[in-house]
Amino acid sequence: MTKVTMTVNGKTVSGDVEGRTLLASFLRDDQGLTGTHIGCDTSQCGACVVHVDGVAVKSCTMLAAEADGATVDTIEGQANADGSLNVIQQAFQDHHGLQCGFCTPGMVMSAAALLKENPKPSEQEIREYLEGNICRCTGYHNIVKAIMAASGQDVTAIAAE
Amino acid sequence: MYNFDVEKPGTVADAVAAMRTEDAQALGGGQTLIPTLKQRLASPSTLVSLKGVAEMQGITRDGDSLRIGGATTHATVAADGNYAALSALASHIGDPAVRNRGTIGGSLANNDPAACYPAAALASGATIVTTSREIAADDYFQGMFDTALEEGEIITAVNFPIPQAANYQKFVQPASRFALVGVFVAKYADGVRVAVTGASNEGVFRWTEAEAALSANFAASALEGLSVSADNMIADLHGSATYRAHLVKVMTGRAVAAAS
Amino acid sequence: MPKDTGIGAATVRREDVRFLTGTGEYTDDITLAKQTYAVFARSTVAHGTIKSIDTSAAEVMPGVLAVFTGEDFAEVGGNPAGWLINSRDGEPMKEPKRPVLAHGKVRHVGDAYAAVIAETVQQARDAVEAIEADIEEFDAIVDMNAALSGSNYVHDEIGTNQCFDWGWIEDNREATDNAIKNAHHVTTLELVNNRLVPNAMEPRASIGSYKASTGEYTLHTTSQNPHLTRLLISAFVLGIPENMLTVIAPDVGGGFGSKIYHYGEEALVLAAAKRLNRPVKWTADRTESFLTDAHGRDHVTKIELALDKDGKFLAFRTDTKANVGAYLSNFSTATPTFLHGTLMAGNYTVPLVYVNVKAVFTNTAPVDAYRGAGRPEATYSIERVIDKAARELGMDPIELRRKNFVKPDQYPFASAAGLEYDAGNYDALMDKMEEVADVAGFAARRAESEKNGKLRGFGVNAYIEACGIAPSNLVGVLGSRVGLYDAATVRVNATGNLSVMVGAHSHGQGHETAFPQVVAEMLGIDPAVIDIVHGDTSKIPFGMGTYGSRSLAVCGSAVVRATEKIINKAKKIAGHMLEASEHDITLADGVFSVSGTDKSVTFGEVALKAYIPHEYPLEDIEPGLEETAFYDPANFTYPSGAYACEVEVDPETGKVTVERMTAVDDFGNVINPMIVTGQVQGGLAQGIGQALLENTSYDENGQLLSASYMDYTMPRADDLPMFAVDHSQGTPCTHNPLGVKGCGEAGAIGSPPTVVNAVIDALQSGGKDVTHIDMPVSPARVWEAMQ
Repeated sequence: MTKVTMTVNGKTVSGDVEGRTLLASFLRDDQGLTGTHIGCDTSQCGACVVHVDGVAVKSCTMLAAEADGATVDTIEGQANADGSLNVIQQAFQDHHGLQCGFCTPGMVMSAAALLKENPKPSEQEIREYLEGNICRCTGYHNIVKAIMAASGQDVTAIAAE
Repeated sequence: MYNFDVEKPGTVADAVAAMRTEDAQALGGGQTLIPTLKQRLASPSTLVSLKGVAEMQGITRDGDSLRIGGATTHATVAADGNYAALSALASHIGDPAVRNRGTIGGSLANNDPAACYPAAALASGATIVTTSREIAADDYFQGMFDTALEEGEIITAVNFPIPQAANYQKFVQPASRFALVGVFVAKYADGVRVAVTGASNEGVFRWTEAEAALSANFAASALEGLSVSADNMIADLHGSATYRAHLVKVMTGRAVAAAS
Repeated sequence: MPKDTGIGAATVRREDVRFLTGTGEYTDDITLAKQTYAVFARSTVAHGTIKSIDTSAAEVMPGVLAVFTGEDFAEVGGNPAGWLINSRDGEPMKEPKRPVLAHGKVRHVGDAYAAVIAETVQQARDAVEAIEADIEEFDAIVDMNAALSGSNYVHDEIGTNQCFDWGWIEDNREATDNAIKNAHHVTTLELVNNRLVPNAMEPRASIGSYKASTGEYTLHTTSQNPHLTRLLISAFVLGIPENMLTVIAPDVGGGFGSKIYHYGEEALVLAAAKRLNRPVKWTADRTESFLTDAHGRDHVTKIELALDKDGKFLAFRTDTKANVGAYLSNFSTATPTFLHGTLMAGNYTVPLVYVNVKAVFTNTAPVDAYRGAGRPEATYSIERVIDKAARELGMDPIELRRKNFVKPDQYPFASAAGLEYDAGNYDALMDKMEEVADVAGFAARRAESEKNGKLRGFGVNAYIEACGIAPSNLVGVLGSRVGLYDAATVRVNATGNLSVMVGAHSHGQGHETAFPQVVAEMLGIDPAVIDIVHGDTSKIPFGMGTYGSRSLAVCGSAVVRATEKIINKAKKIAGHMLEASEHDITLADGVFSVSGTDKSVTFGEVALKAYIPHEYPLEDIEPGLEETAFYDPANFTYPSGAYACEVEVDPETGKVTVERMTAVDDFGNVINPMIVTGQVQGGLAQGIGQALLENTSYDENGQLLSASYMDYTMPRADDLPMFAVDHSQGTPCTHNPLGVKGCGEAGAIGSPPTVVNAVIDALQSGGKDVTHIDMPVSPARVWEAMQ
């Protein structure tokens, strides 16, 4: 066991981990942050996306030991300070960008990373950026729409409610 | 996963020392290695994480030569732009989160037959710099998942000569988004090099007939009349050997047309 | 009541907040005190005899608490099929036992033959590797034709690989044969409805727990219908008394059919929890999901369509082999039969239909209902052969369909496949589709594509499906072993807020938002005070769960009935409070009034009176305000639609790109149009996935080649366009109180033939004589067809 310390959602946390402990497992099992989900074994589905030192990573494909000393942000830390939904979360609700909710934490974290890099992405840029986030429920239409809306773009012309 | 220790050296020298542990394995970004370990297909005693080795990070240009540290992520290469075709290739490996972790050294060390970087390295005549030597790309790739790397040897950098014009065309395997067929075309003063990934049971290879034709006339039309043999092409649920052979020509033509 | 929150309002979903903040609670998120972990030993061969299983080394490994094998469950029951199908000759179907753990034989790759319970997952996994199983491998039975002709059996005790040979409608067989023999024109098509892996993003997971002091069991599990799971475990598998077993399906990350069924892992964790007197958790990894979740589709069909010289349909005849895999999953025998054959008349006045389905056991994962369940298979066959017929006859595919549509004045319409359609207007749907899809502008778009070296095709489809399953009396006659009603309890609390306990389970469908819209509309109150309770058998009267687009049509109707009972009782209480006859009490905007007076009491005041019954006519009215209703539908509901797809094909690579996708659906009345649209969009993605991307491939040894996302192509954001979805042409269902039909599966039913029709149109426009390509229409298949 090795001791790791990291800043998770602004709070310093530490724990003893095995070499093989994944960052996703550390967050879920040691820290009780179960909003980060595990949906595949091959680094494809993106349900586990968190930010490590400000960039999106798949926490099921990173060892907890590698995150020692890092700043980690998860879905649980995304809401505004007063507990209200942040602009991306609110857009997902307003535009029905989620159904079962399982892929949603990863989607929100990827969307946040995208908007940091590219504040006004086009539909195509959003679709390409979400290559590593699989959703089985929505057909992505409303996810794309929500991210466009979160970036301040007018989505009224996009079909359907 | 079987359990293992994790070492995090800060220097190449420490990394080399850590790799002397029996059954130690280098860990780049882990985007292929960790899924492999999850399936319990490997049981290293120690993973030597190269992320913290400062000497292996970043990109430097010296005239027409680009040195990319072995632990440089795909995202960093994608954002660089000194070698536009290489940056474009890097920007389509995996997905954004994978690109933030995966490294060029890790990709070249693994030499997946459908990975993108091997095509760039081979077509560019890159030099693979390791902890013990420099290896020409032509000597480095030795077949599917097989390279010239010795036990314990780590890729510290890759040197790319920047071509006059280049382009990479990837026809994706729709599930994995690896290359079903990827073709990197690079035009240098002394000729054109064409490297193909994804297609062959032998891993990345040079299409020498196309190189000769394109060296004489760098235009997609120069490929007319050429064909690629389907012998030894990969056949799987995503496409037959014949289809892959056909795509090699199509993608080569598109790469030439798009080269800049 | 706020005006924008009742029936018809696009209210945003209240459940979203917990999902968007990472505070949802899925099964794997739950950790119970003293929890242990199960890992299964699964067969790596498709077919073999278990000669011996040596668990001795595993049992003494660190952290190991118990090891189970099939022997431990030899005396308990099997997981049954929920629907008895009789063959054409009257013989009942073959029903080999489906044990908790494989016993005697392993029958598909992934078939679990042992399980280890340990203190940690990794310890359990280590111990699984130490189990020594001697399994004598046999040739795998993978191909259905070979399965039917050989003497190598998946289940030796039944001496055949044919589960049944079903005919529908048997009395029409001869007439159908004659119609086809004598027709002016017959179009024939052989096609494969490709096997799909449902791939809910949340892998299956279960936690069994046991309380020795009371003998009570609790199962937390990823289920679409916890009551059915409880019933199956109690009545068939473990014999736990139903009142000693609570099944809780908490937040569930998608189902699409795969989580309807009871699986052996659920029984194992319960049995293990009792033996250890500690909770036992199992969570599938994605590969386990691929290998063991019930798959969908997998039909091989020959369909013939007979037409007269004017293009009127005379008969459909199909011959289908349906793969049921290695064991009968709970709905697996209904899916290829009554959910498929009864829809084989489509939207058409065709007078004759004959469907023959042979169900075949193979050494592959069980196959069962997946989003659409039988109706996509019917629609695909019908709508592909119609398109081919239009091409052969030189007719416009839209006109050919219109010529044969059931017309609005023909309802109720008795279809040639045995159903009674209650309402619809297929021409209106087609009209709307032509407008939304801008069919008139297609030629210009095709010219533009051709300028860019691409082929462009237009495909169309008209579908009907049967939802809201189902009338229990009818399905009982047809072989169902359960009733298909649903139930709801409306509990008005003393302080005026409501808890509505529903039998339907919500795992993406938005019940927590939509059901309150219905109750709020009826009571004239703010939906924010209404809470939906679902997924816990200890809290809910009963339920048959969520599948077959039935939640609103069946469970929603139960909610309406229970709310009506609440209103009736509340009026009695209000009448007493206002010293008026209950018959003179009216309810509007949450206020009970005496007609023709200004006397009134609010809903909240009535609720309080019900629970503090001072000055209360206890001789006439019981205290409390809580009502339960069971609703059994009178008929299926019949959503229908007209879809259009435009694709571009790259002739050099064969790659197909969906450029435009239009879905015009008749769902009857719509409660929440935002949710309905979202359901259609998701269905479209799955249908496009089936048509173009998703390929479940077993090799000749029964190894699943597409066992991860590295090889099984899930539709991703950049595979899909924005969708045009319209549901303005609703014709209300005539027999349920809300006039609703169900929208969950339509997109996945209507889209596959639409996409394939468009691809064929594109290739034909490029001068290629291609009349059919099997799904998934991958680049390689398109390119090969063009050579």
